[in-house]
Amino acid sequence: MFKFSWLTKKQSFPGGLKLAGHKQVTQIIEPALPKELIYPLFLAADRYAKPCVNVGDTVLKGQIIATADSLLATPIHATSSGTIVAIEKRPIAHPSGLSDSCIILQTDELDEALPTEPCIAYTEQNRDFLRHKIQQSGIVGLGGAAFPTAKKLQPSQAIHTLIINAAECEPYISCDEILMIESAPEIIQGALIIQYILQAEHCIIAIEDSKPEAYSALLSATESNQLQIKQVPSIYPTGGEKQLIQVISGVQIPVKNLPSEYGYICQNVATAYAVYQAINLGLPLTERIITLTGDGIKQNQNLRARIGTPVKDLVAACQGYTPQAEQLIMGGPMMGIALASDDIAVIKASNCLLINQVNKPISQACIRCGDCADVCPSELLPQQLYWYSHTQQWDNCSDYQLADCIECGCCDVICPSKIPLVQAFRVAKAEIQQQQKQSASAALAKKRFDNHQQRLQRIEQEKLVKQDKRKAAIEKMKAAAAKRKLS
Amino acid sequence: MLFPTQSSPFSASNNSVQAIMQQVLFALIPAILTLFYFVGYSVLMQISLAIITALIAESLCLYLRKKPILSTLADFSAVLTAVLIAIAIPSIAPWWVVVNGTLFAILIAKQVYGGLGYNPFNPAMAGYVFLLISFPLPMTLWQDASIFLSFSDAINVLFEAVAIDGLSSATVLDYTKMQLRSGESISTIQASSIFGFIGDNNKEFVSLAYLIGGLFLYLKRTIRWHIPFAVLMGVFIPASIAYAIDPNIYSSPWFHLVTGATVCAAFFIATDPVSAAASIKGRLIYGFLIGFLIFCIRTWGGYPDAVAFAVLLANISAPSIDSYLRPKTKTQ
Amino acid sequence: MLILCLLFGFLGLLLGVAAKKFKVQGDPLVDQIDALLPQTQCGQCNYIGCRPYAEAIANNEADINQCPPNGEAGIIALANLLGKEAKPLNSEFGEQKAAAVAFIIEQDCIGCVKCIPPCPVDAILGASKQMHTVISSECTGCELCISPCPVDCIVMVPVETTPEHWHWSQHV
Repeated sequence: MFKFSWLTKKQSFPGGLKLAGHKQVTQIIEPALPKELIYPLFLAADRYAKPCVNVGDTVLKGQIIATADSLLATPIHATSSGTIVAIEKRPIAHPSGLSDSCIILQTDELDEALPTEPCIAYTEQNRDFLRHKIQQSGIVGLGGAAFPTAKKLQPSQAIHTLIINAAECEPYISCDEILMIESAPEIIQGALIIQYILQAEHCIIAIEDSKPEAYSALLSATESNQLQIKQVPSIYPTGGEKQLIQVISGVQIPVKNLPSEYGYICQNVATAYAVYQAINLGLPLTERIITLTGDGIKQNQNLRARIGTPVKDLVAACQGYTPQAEQLIMGGPMMGIALASDDIAVIKASNCLLINQVNKPISQACIRCGDCADVCPSELLPQQLYWYSHTQQWDNCSDYQLADCIECGCCDVICPSKIPLVQAFRVAKAEIQQQQKQSASAALAKKRFDNHQQRLQRIEQEKLVKQDKRKAAIEKMKAAAAKRKLS
Repeated sequence: MLFPTQSSPFSASNNSVQAIMQQVLFALIPAILTLFYFVGYSVLMQISLAIITALIAESLCLYLRKKPILSTLADFSAVLTAVLIAIAIPSIAPWWVVVNGTLFAILIAKQVYGGLGYNPFNPAMAGYVFLLISFPLPMTLWQDASIFLSFSDAINVLFEAVAIDGLSSATVLDYTKMQLRSGESISTIQASSIFGFIGDNNKEFVSLAYLIGGLFLYLKRTIRWHIPFAVLMGVFIPASIAYAIDPNIYSSPWFHLVTGATVCAAFFIATDPVSAAASIKGRLIYGFLIGFLIFCIRTWGGYPDAVAFAVLLANISAPSIDSYLRPKTKTQ
Repeated sequence: MLILCLLFGFLGLLLGVAAKKFKVQGDPLVDQIDALLPQTQCGQCNYIGCRPYAEAIANNEADINQCPPNGEAGIIALANLLGKEAKPLNSEFGEQKAAAVAFIIEQDCIGCVKCIPPCPVDAILGASKQMHTVISSECTGCELCISPCPVDCIVMVPVETTPEHWHWSQHV
């Protein structure tokens, strides 16, 4: 009765915000070869790669320098030729600002590459072979989450629809858009390879309606009936997997489930391009398009950057900083992370470097206007979650489904009182997780302590039993001796 | 080069508390101008007195609470409360009435609870009820809307307690209630000269002005349609049922909508986000409750106009409404 | 008058039946308090293990602010459970330290097995004349193994925050 969904023409997801684009779609340029390339061994929450080179080794571009022992981690490739000068702690692109082990490669200006092993006739290949090749080429989701693509292309359920995510809904970022304009045929090929691996019946490229040039580039590169190219409304966060699936098909996937459980798989358009390069050209993932933007650098550019390039080298390729350079954000303005220094190197997940002025308004009290609930794509009540996380009522936070928050930032941006909602929710989630961890480890310690006590008691018992036995034996001996004396 | 690190998002919208309050004040201008056109400078003086009192009271509280004064006053919420009280009370009430009401609203109903965002009750309505109970006589002497008070006359009435003949008259709600008690029927009552088209002579246009202001707020997306619609329906539906049962003792639903502060309550008072319910379904129920209570108290209660009491009663119910009507997310 | 007597009699009967039918076995309060304690079993509270301390709190023999590993947050949780007022940690019983695990410096270890029995969670692996080592993932940081060591080869190493274990409430 209160939904009025018959008034809306298109299928859409709940909430969302229309944000100003700020996109400058510049042509891709190649920055100069950096002197040093830095590769963190930390891949994700619980996955590290192991170096397979030593300090002093010379390596070629495309050579594997760190291996991964599970499908959940991908190997790290050298992105230029040179010498490994160190494996040491350097600050990494992580919100903690901590330093961690990195392989440091000093380039030798030659940029020599390993010979490639292309596989053009992919339809004659085994799907497992193609997945293995994708894994060994180091391909991860280039939309920002960096999940290993080979693992994602091995779902446990049958897939009927592959959606290539060309939405790029965050403001400022235009790397996917320029990639589509300049390399549409390769992207189509990559999409078809992925469709072949998944055996999906449908393949849809979803692109925002604010990108007409990229849309027509894709259309001209597609032969009829190969795949569909659909335009979606430019609302943030359309680019989120579940939101995009809901816009395209109307299916709303619950928060606890994966899209693959419903027969959908999403892949970023740059990932499709990387798959094409890996399979058709035999090239491992050594570079990606990064958008450098914001009023903090002299020239806004899309760069074809090598993975491992320090940020300062990319800034130099854009003629350097302006006086407005006050903060450095890796990613977009909604979900990016702030980096403390420009010595940090870009990683596979870096799609954008936004350099602009700090905007930190003073926050006021919540006026309970409810705008936050209107824009939440997960249909949560950020207002209630804020009251509870503010007063540290973690149980109530969990009750109001804080775990379903995707930290998109819509509520934060729309709040008239400028309350830092996303930060409050992140802290609340961390506290809840820590509490659960502590309870679990306390329960384990208690179990071990109980076992320890039981073991000691058992030893005591055995000791007593032995003592009794010995006493009884002595009594017996005494009795026998007494008997012998008598007789 | 080193940079400071903060958490995402790194962008903000133009939405702000100040912008919202300013838009509501802007939307009240048609009503204020209409009132001024009919009753003269008295209403402007009430508004000025209220604003000055509110700002002084709030500054004092903020100083005592060691909070930043100028930036908090700049959110215009005290000004809005003051204006709402000033246009709700009779325009010929002596100066100390509006000052007391505003002091109560700001100091007790708002600051004592913690300031903006923490007050459970609508401060303007809390102030109005305080005045109604403490000073019943000045609060029931309404200015006749066919008399335009000049500046000097207004000063005399408000500050020097000068009585002017025929200045005050009963409102239609007052008159209707009294006459119904004496056993008159609605048709006879509505033949009286104090009636205009449907409601008070001249004053009914103020309701129209409130409606225009309210529609402006809706189009600007400052308020959503749920609360105003629910309040108006809450008055209209029960009134229609009662009117259908016996048109002689129950006024028509249009009468209820136009007279008193119904339209003002629907668009400006009930929509105060701090004291209203938070969820969509909750807001519809909250609004309907206000409308229903307005109708009930007017028809069977002791007071001729019931908006303030209805709003306060609904404020008390808002947290319960919210906790029962929590929307479930799709996590199954 | 008669009606009142009958009413009270009926209510009394109801209470008696409820007391029998809904009787709770054991003392759940001790379990609830124990669940809020960190299970370090360090004895800094002057009780041997966390359960005796929980029992002492339940019997009002001990105060709620005697447990350093529990910290402020733990004291507040206990205060909320028991309806008491939260107090600051009583420094007589120790200070709350940063999370640390025991580490045996292997060059100095003489294999005397003196550190193994004191460990309340059996986190030290070793045997006579064999190298001893602490299983870090099981160590609760209670420090009970440090004094029994005759060559002082056990040290407490603070748990380092790595990107793997970092979380947002540590964000500056």
